[in-house]
Parts: sequence; structure tokens; C-alpha cells
Amino acid sequence: MMMNSKSLYQEVILDHNRKPRNYGVLDNPSHHAVGHNPLCGDRLDIALKIENDQISHIAFHGESCAICKASASMMTAAVKGKTRPDAETLIQEFRDMATGKLDPEQPNHLGRLTVFSGIRDLPTRVKCAILPWHTLHAALNALTSVSTESDDDPVQATSVSD
Amino acid sequence: MANVYASMTPGANTVFDVERIRADFPILGIKVGDKPLVYLDNAASCQMPRQVIDQLVHYQTTQHANINRAVHYLSEVATMEYEKARRRIQQFVNAREDREIIFTSGTTESINLVMQGYGRKFIKAGDEIILTTLEHHSNIVPWQMLAEEKGAIIRVVPINDAGELDIAAYERLFNERTKFVGLIHVSNALGTINPIKPLIAFAHQHGVPVLVDGAQAAPHMVVDVQDLDCDFYAFSAHKLCGPTGIGMLYGKSAWLEAMQPFKGGGDMIASVTFEKTTYAAIPHKFEAGTPPIAAAIGFGAAIDYLESIGMDDIAAHEHELLSYATERMAEIKGLRIIGTAAHKTAVLSFALDGIHPHDIGTILNEDGIAVRTGHHCAQPVMERFKVPATSRASFAFYNTRSEVDALIAGIRNVQKVFL
Repeated sequence: MMMNSKSLYQEVILDHNRKPRNYGVLDNPSHHAVGHNPLCGDRLDIALKIENDQISHIAFHGESCAICKASASMMTAAVKGKTRPDAETLIQEFRDMATGKLDPEQPNHLGRLTVFSGIRDLPTRVKCAILPWHTLHAALNALTSVSTESDDDPVQATSVSD
Repeated sequence: MANVYASMTPGANTVFDVERIRADFPILGIKVGDKPLVYLDNAASCQMPRQVIDQLVHYQTTQHANINRAVHYLSEVATMEYEKARRRIQQFVNAREDREIIFTSGTTESINLVMQGYGRKFIKAGDEIILTTLEHHSNIVPWQMLAEEKGAIIRVVPINDAGELDIAAYERLFNERTKFVGLIHVSNALGTINPIKPLIAFAHQHGVPVLVDGAQAAPHMVVDVQDLDCDFYAFSAHKLCGPTGIGMLYGKSAWLEAMQPFKGGGDMIASVTFEKTTYAAIPHKFEAGTPPIAAAIGFGAAIDYLESIGMDDIAAHEHELLSYATERMAEIKGLRIIGTAAHKTAVLSFALDGIHPHDIGTILNEDGIAVRTGHHCAQPVMERFKVPATSRASFAFYNTRSEVDALIAGIRNVQKVFL
């Protein structure tokens, strides 16, 4: 069995689910996207402001499972104050870790986000952890329509022009 | 196979030896991580006993060749075994003749066969097809495709808060445009057992044929197609201890003969020239190409196995598990059972206050407990109960009371994690 004996639901994830950081609505965002997982109905709204080449403000809200909500909460905390290229690096590394392409033991920028590394053993839950990152990517790139139905990213995220 | 349980009848003297039955299923002994497997996803697919596995190995090692073709020894043996499986299924559902049993890839293909063979020939613009809110997507989508193609209309029977069909509403839907009825026998999402016999009789009073989706019924109760008087009945082998990739369609021979073929190809013809092809007689008219022969034979072996235990004893044991699990779930604060019909199979769909079904499923899995989470391919049912998804524990005859206890402890653990 390829089962992780350690629970995915570690305290840090449970804590971010209970008390999500940056949860809510942002006034006058410069970037905004809505992510949707059609398989389970989860929906995530992410809005952010870029000032002086940095993500100065970011907020999210939506309906989702604990993994998705904790991932979104930790993501917003991680990218706040980062430049766009740094945020894109994190997005890429997180997706690679979740899909098993990046070994969290190797050098990376993920820090505490490696708490999600166990998700790669649960293919049906990968999309839950990835949805916020996918949505952030859509927001940053102002993608009007993203629909990735591949195994890696079975989620959809659409940028919203406010 | 020794018919060790046949002499036992349900009741006070019954010894339903579940441990002995479990010993027939090698997979039930595996561990998930370091936890023993508690398999409660039987409505999605049931496990296979050694008797069926052995039959598959026996066929593949001593009997395999293509069927209905060559005159050599193996082809004759394989053809004989394949047709024996068909007769086994005929007896299982008490069809009049074996030619009324068509092998398909499963319930979904069976329903599509009726849509293509019956629907495309006989349903016309303005005709109405009655379905129920409880239908699995496989008994909705084919009819929507047909309705779109033909300009036909789909009418839907509502359900009450318990998950039972509104019979009066069903009867009110009938009019002179009603041309077909699709009914699920047992709801996969809720476990509701529908009173299909009177529903079929009512449709027949209006001259309307009825297709029954029996995927969740055939594994759990005696099905008698002559007694039900249904026009079509469909189910899959893998939900009753058989292989995947094989299922059956029962159809009254008069309908099957009137229908157009579903797939063209070899084995379904009497003669072929480029000017005209004459189709074979039923059931072969509907079985183009080389079928999954081993799977069909495994299907027959699975029925042998179930009948060696006895469908009545299976139903009695599963009902006891349902009662016990329902009672234990009622003890849990914040748990809501979705689907509380008076007549149910051993399916328990439930929601936990404030906890997403996917989190429930993953945490139960960490305890080795397999349940299904999601919309169960029955989104209209989810919509009716205003939930995006549920967690579903579905029991088979090899499940035990101690597995119910493990599920209850697992659910309490889920609540503790999110406390």
C-alpha cells in the first residue's frame, strides 16, 4: 500500500481550516478569479491587489472542503508581499509537489506548505489542494477562461473583470 | 459447488455464518496502511469470491477460444459455457426464455441499447418519457439524448422528504403522449426500494412499456421479471460479486424482435452482402463482436455463488445490518441520514454538520474504512435534499456488525478531528 501512515489532517491544516487567514472580500482588487471544481461543486473566489510589483493585499472566500480551504489560507499567507514571479514559482512548485513531480526533500521555496505533500498519495484529493493555486494563477494572468481537464489539474478557474 | 446454505431459511433457526462467507473473499483480508479493510462501498462495486476467481482462471486455462465460430473443440466448449451463463442468468431473473437475456457491458450499455434499439425506432416528436428523480445518470442522460434528437419530452416523478416516489404524481403524469417509462428499482444514492410492480402495472394500463434499472436491486433481493411484468430489466455483474465489463439486459422477446440492432458487426448477422444484410435472431442480433467471454462465465459463477447462500438469507442479513447501522447513526449528534424510506436496501447516505463529505471520506480511509463520497451520479437527488454531495456507506452480505461499529467509531473520530 502506498498509504501515508501520517494523517493528512495535521494540526496546521486543521488550524487554517478553523481560522482561515485572509478570508473575506477585497475592495477594488486589481486581479480577481473564481475557481470551480465541477466534480465536487467546490467554488473559490480569490481577489488581490498588486502595488509596486508586489501582492499587497489578497483575500479569498467560497465553499469547499477543509483541504481546499486550508490550502487557500496558507497560500494567501505565503504569497502576500511576494512579487508576481515569486508567486508563480510557488504556484508551480506547489502543483508539482501535489502531483508528485517535486520531491519536498529537494530544495524548494514551499516552507510550511510541504504539510500538503501527503496529498500526492490521494489522487482524488489533489484537485482540492490545487484549486486555490490554480485560481491564483488565473487571477494573476487575467485568464478569461481556464478549463484544464487533465489528470493533474481537473479544476477550472476563471478570471473575473470587476 | 456445494449448496451449504440452501437448507437454511431466514428466521430464528438461521445460522448465517458471515465469517465463513468472508473467508471466500481474499480481498477482505487486506490492510489499508496498518488498518484492516472495512469495505462499505458495495453499491459502487462488490468484491469477488474465490469461487468466481477460480472459475475465471479455470476458463482461461482450459476452455478459452472465440465463440460461435469455429468447429474446433475449444470454440465449442467456450460457446457452451457462455450460453450456460446466459441460461444461469435467465433462471436467476426467471425469464421465460434464454434468448430474452442479452449480454452487455453493464447496466449503462443495457439502457443505451434500449434507447437506441427501442427509443430511436418508436419514440417520436412530442412523445413523453417518464423518469424519476431517483434515477442514476445512466437512466437520465441516454433519454435526454433521445429527447433532443427526436423532440420528445421528459417528465420527472418527484420524491418526498424520505426519498420515496410520489406515486400519485407518477400516475398524474400519464397521458396519451406517454410512450415510455424508465424506473430505478433501488436508488443507488439513498437505498429506497421502489414499489415497481404496481408502477409497471399502471403503465401497462396505459399501454406504455417500462424499463427497470435493477443495478442496485439484483444483488440484494429476488428479482422475477415475469412476476414484475417489466418490459426491460438491466443490471451489472460487478455489483453482485462478478467481473466488471459485463452485464445483462432482459427484454420481452416481442420487443427485442421488433427493435433495431444497437451495434453492427460480426456475430449479429444471418447473412451479409453489400446489397443487404439480414440480422441474426435474438439475442445475437444485439451481441455484435467478440464479447468478454470469461467475464460472462464469471457472471454465471457469481450467480451460482449468491444462490448458494440464498437471496432471501442475503436480504435478511443485510436488513439486520441496515437496522443496526441506522440505530447506531441515530446516536451521533450532528449526523443526518439522507434517505429514510420505509423500504430500503442497506445503503446509508449521510451528512455531518459543518464537515465536507470529501474530508469525511479521506479521514475514514485513514482508518481503513471505504465509503463513497460525492453525488453518486444522482445529482437530481442531491439537489432535492439541498446537499452538494453525501457520504455513503453501502453494505453487502459479507459485512458484519463489528464493521458497523468501526464505521460509527470512524465517524466519531472525524467529528473529533474537526472539533
